[in-house]
Parts: sequence; C-alpha cells; structure tokens
Amino acid sequence: MHVTSPVRTPLVTGGKTYADVTEDICKQVEGKPTKEWKIAFAISVVVLLYGTCCLFWTWWEGLGVWGLNKTVGWAWDITNFVWWVGIGHAGTLISAILLLFRQKWRTSINRAAEAMTIFAVICAASFILMHMGRPWMAHWALPLPNTFGSLWVNFNSPLVWDVFAISTYFSVSCLFWYVGLVPDLATIRDRAQNKVSKYIYGTLAMGWNGSAKTWARYEYISLILAGLSTPLVLSVHTIVSMDFATSVIPGWHTTIFPPYFVAGAIFSGFAMVQNLMLIARVVYKLEDYITFEHIEMMNKIITLTGSIVGVAYLTEFFIAWYSGVEYESYAFINRATGPYWWAYWAMMTCNVISPQLFWSRSLRRSVKWTFFISVIVNIGMWFERFVIIVTSLHRDYIPSSWAMFSPTMFDIGDYIFSFGLFGTLFLLFSKYLPVINMAEVKGVLRTTSEQLPKKIAGVSKADRLASPAYKKDAE
Amino acid sequence: MTDANKKFLVGVYDDDDVALAAVNKIKSAGVKIYEVYSPFAIHGMDIAIGHPRTRIGIAAFCFGLTGFLCAITLTTWTMGIDWPMVIGGKDPLSFPNYIPIMFELTVLFTAFGMTITFFLSNGLGPTVEPLLFDPRCTDNKFVMAIDLSKNKMSEAEIASLVKASGAEEVSVKQV
Repeated sequence: MHVTSPVRTPLVTGGKTYADVTEDICKQVEGKPTKEWKIAFAISVVVLLYGTCCLFWTWWEGLGVWGLNKTVGWAWDITNFVWWVGIGHAGTLISAILLLFRQKWRTSINRAAEAMTIFAVICAASFILMHMGRPWMAHWALPLPNTFGSLWVNFNSPLVWDVFAISTYFSVSCLFWYVGLVPDLATIRDRAQNKVSKYIYGTLAMGWNGSAKTWARYEYISLILAGLSTPLVLSVHTIVSMDFATSVIPGWHTTIFPPYFVAGAIFSGFAMVQNLMLIARVVYKLEDYITFEHIEMMNKIITLTGSIVGVAYLTEFFIAWYSGVEYESYAFINRATGPYWWAYWAMMTCNVISPQLFWSRSLRRSVKWTFFISVIVNIGMWFERFVIIVTSLHRDYIPSSWAMFSPTMFDIGDYIFSFGLFGTLFLLFSKYLPVINMAEVKGVLRTTSEQLPKKIAGVSKADRLASPAYKKDAE
Repeated sequence: MTDANKKFLVGVYDDDDVALAAVNKIKSAGVKIYEVYSPFAIHGMDIAIGHPRTRIGIAAFCFGLTGFLCAITLTTWTMGIDWPMVIGGKDPLSFPNYIPIMFELTVLFTAFGMTITFFLSNGLGPTVEPLLFDPRCTDNKFVMAIDLSKNKMSEAEIASLVKASGAEEVSVKQV
C-alpha cells in the first residue's frame, strides 16, 4: 500500500472517479470532430501541402535550390534535424526516466509527450532524407549486402551511429507508446457504439482484458522498456552531438558536446510539451488532469536544463580561451561579435535568461507566461543549432573562402513542411487516440487523492489528517 | 484459454482495495480464483491470486544478449574480415568505435523481443476476441472470476463468500 503525505497536492483534481476518467478522456475520441479541430487540421494540411511542393522541387532539382555554398555545406537542414530530434527527447524522458524515478505526475502527460516524440523524430528523419538529396538511395546508410563488391557502411563514422541511434530510438519509442496504449484502446473498444470503431479499436487493442496476469507482465515490461529507454534517450543526442564533436572544425570539436546537447534536448522537448499540453488542456477541457502542479513541475525542469545549457555555453567560451588554440578562440569570438552576433545573442537571451524567470512561483504557475517562454525557448534552441552549425562553418581555415549563408524559399519551405507534418500527425493523434493514459491516471487517482477522491476538493489539511482514509493509508 | 461451456462465478467490485482484500479473504477460505480483471494495474494482485512470478525478464536478457552478439558479429566481420578498411590510419578493427552500434542493437533486440514475448505470452493479437466476463472491467469495475469446476465448494457457498467480501454484483456465466 502506498503512503502519500497529506501535504502533497493531488495529481488529479475535481474529485474524479474512475468512471469520470474514462468518460472525460473517451469523450473526445468518440465525439465528432469539433469545428476548431477541423479548422486546425485544414490549416495543417495546407501547410503540409505547401511544404510538400517545396520538398518535391528540392528533390527534383537537387540541393542546389538551397542557399548552401562551398563554405557553408550544412545549414538549415541539419539545424532543423537537430532541433526536431532534440524536441523528440521529452516524451521518452517523461515516460522512462520519470517512471524509474517514480514521479507519478508523469501519468497525465506521458501519452501526449510520447506521441510528440514520435512525430518529432519523424520530422527529424525527414530532414535526413532531404539532406541526402537522393532519398531513393537512403538504404545505402544501412549495412546491406550490395553490388559494389562487399563494401559496407563505415561503422567508425558517427553518421552511421546516428542511423542506428535514431532508427532504434524511433522504433523503441513506438513500441513503448503502443504497449501503453493497448489498455486504453480496450477501454474504447468496450465503449464503442458502432461496428466500425469497435472493429478498429478492437483490432488495435489485441484482445486485452485487463487480467491480473497481463497487468503483472505489463508492469514488468514497462519497467524493462523504461530501463532500456533511459540510456537510449541519452545516447541519441550524444551520438547526434558526436556528428559534430568527432570532426576537427573549431567550435564543434569539443568534449562538452554530449551532456550539453542532451540537456538542450530535454530543455526544448519540455518546452514543446508545454506548448502542446497547454493547448490540449483548454481544447479538451483537461484542467483537472493537467493541473498547475504539472505545469510547474515541467517549468522546473525547463529552468534546470536551461541553466545547464547556460553553464555549457560559458564553459565552451572559457575553454576556447583557456585551451590556447587560436582557431577555437577565434570561432567563439566570431560567434559573439562577428556577422552572426544577432543569432548568438538571440540564443543567449532565449535559452539562458528567459527560463530564469521561472524562479518566480507566480510566473511558473501562469499559463500565459509558460506558453510564452516555451515558445521563446524553442526559438532559442533553433538558434543554438544555427549558431553551432553556421557560425562554425562560415569562416573556415581559408579566409578567401569566407562566406555568409542566406536561406532560399526552399530552405524555408522545407522547414514549413516539417511543421505541417507535425501538426497533421499530432491533430490526428489527439482526435483518434486518448490523449491521456487513462489506465495509469486511474492507478494514481487513489494513492494521490488520499483514498477519497470525491472528498478531496476543499478539505483542509487538519481534516484530511483526521480522515479515516489517511489513517488507513498510514497503517 | 478455457474450454467451451465452463461455468464461472463472476463477482463485480467497485473498489480496488476491496477487490484485493476480497481476493485474500476468498483465497483463505479455500476457494481457487481463476482471475481478476481490472482497469489498471493493482500492485500485488497477481501474487494475491497466486499466479507464478513472470519470467519475462529472463527473456529480456536473452534478447539483449542476442542483439549484442549480432552487433559484435556485424561490425567485426564487415569492418575487420570481409572488407578491412584503414580509416584515419587506425586499425581496421577498432572496437571503441563500435560501442554505439553494440548498445543500439542490444536495446533494439531487447525492446522488440520483449514486446513480442509480451503479446504472445498473454495470448494477445490483432484477431483475438477478448475474454470479458464484464465489459466494465476496462472502465471502472474490478471483476473476479472463479472457475466453478475447479472448486469443491458449491455454487451457493462461493456466491455468499464473494458477496460477503464486498462484491456489488454476483452472477454465473457460461464461457
């Protein structure tokens, strides 16, 4: 039996019962799409179509349509890739690392965060395919037997590690997400009124019936998948950072990259979760499930990781000077004071200064401020990758080839494509699948609402301590 | 699964704590419980019913080991034997560089192996018809099923036991 301190605020407010949880979450899956959803979906599809046209032209004409030049060979493509992969870190962090740390507040947000992870990784992968220029040769990145003698992929290369890391991360995230979905799909199946939805959700639910034996195995497999996903999520951005760190480009060749990238990834991922959850919370009336407590917890993580990122920026700068390597020093001075100074200072302001506002409790618990700062953080994190990639490349070892990068409409259009894709996928998810993990929320309903979910609202601490439920819990 | 035309006594509970206490009570009275169905995991329920501890963890280790060995084979054979390549003046077989691949493949094999084992061991699959004694067990009720043919006590005796343990409804179902 769990013992929960009576001073702890309940995770689910409003005195919800098990049946209320089912009703509140299933309602949006079973109902007809709302007008707002249709409008949002239409916008996403239009954006996606525009992006698809740009992408089509990129592939038809070749990468020459981008603003890349001889000096700046990586720009928006890799910036966007790293940005999306970073965002894709929060879901698994919430569902795996917070599970291992027994953070029960994760139960209300893990489903949507995992979905966001999967869609963000799809967007990231689309930039890898774009960046290849010839996506029909994408399978060359895999160790497949081929007609070039038996030439294999180079397993010493971080780019090959990346292929393995991201495809493993994507598929393991999908599995984790799906296994978690099965009990909820069964709930929807058993409530379904018409044959078609009964058939579809029934097929997806795989005949789940919630027997004690199944639940025991479910708990076990969740723990093992969490244990595996924890080092996995850390490995993904570590390996992404090695794409840069193992090169000899000043500004990239630093050992601080792996932890710094991982912290940045969690930082931007949580910011994106905040943005999506704050919207979902209002649209689907989930205020009792995603409470100020949840928002505050996530803001604390944003402040923590934002500060780690800030320390990393300063450390990088210090080491560039302290190492005595003049190329490295120049790369950093050029970042802060060169022609891309505005990008550097945008990054510093958005990522280091803005999350510090969350030291104030009232800002941390304010929906408007949280939404605003989360957007700022994601803008800042995009600039971080832009700064790392473009400012390190644009002034290389030969001053005669120094150049600037300016994006074309196809750089921008391909970025817009990823937004359309992400929006479309997320909207489909939020309409046709339960956005909150009903089974897990039901599991924490009792232990965190002191056994009496109906009586919790408005009961004083003294009354709660005196209640028979608390005594029973404490025994 | 069950044979055709088995008689089950089904008790429906409203509360997970009551259901767990009921399992202990009914078990100590000498009744064998077939299974309890719940909308979420109740810790200790499988132990209370008397299910053996799941061995799915052993499977996880075996899958992980397979993945690890596959990764070692793949990297050393391609890089060191089939087409040795000298990159950056280093030995063709440079193990530290293969650690990421070994790690990723270990995780990949374990995750897929575990999930497949999970579905197979529970008899779950896309075309499986769920065995539901009461469809509310995926919503808000806790459903206990007792196989009457496996118990010596009479139907009425067990029914009164289940009722006394706090069940809201008691019924008999043919499956």
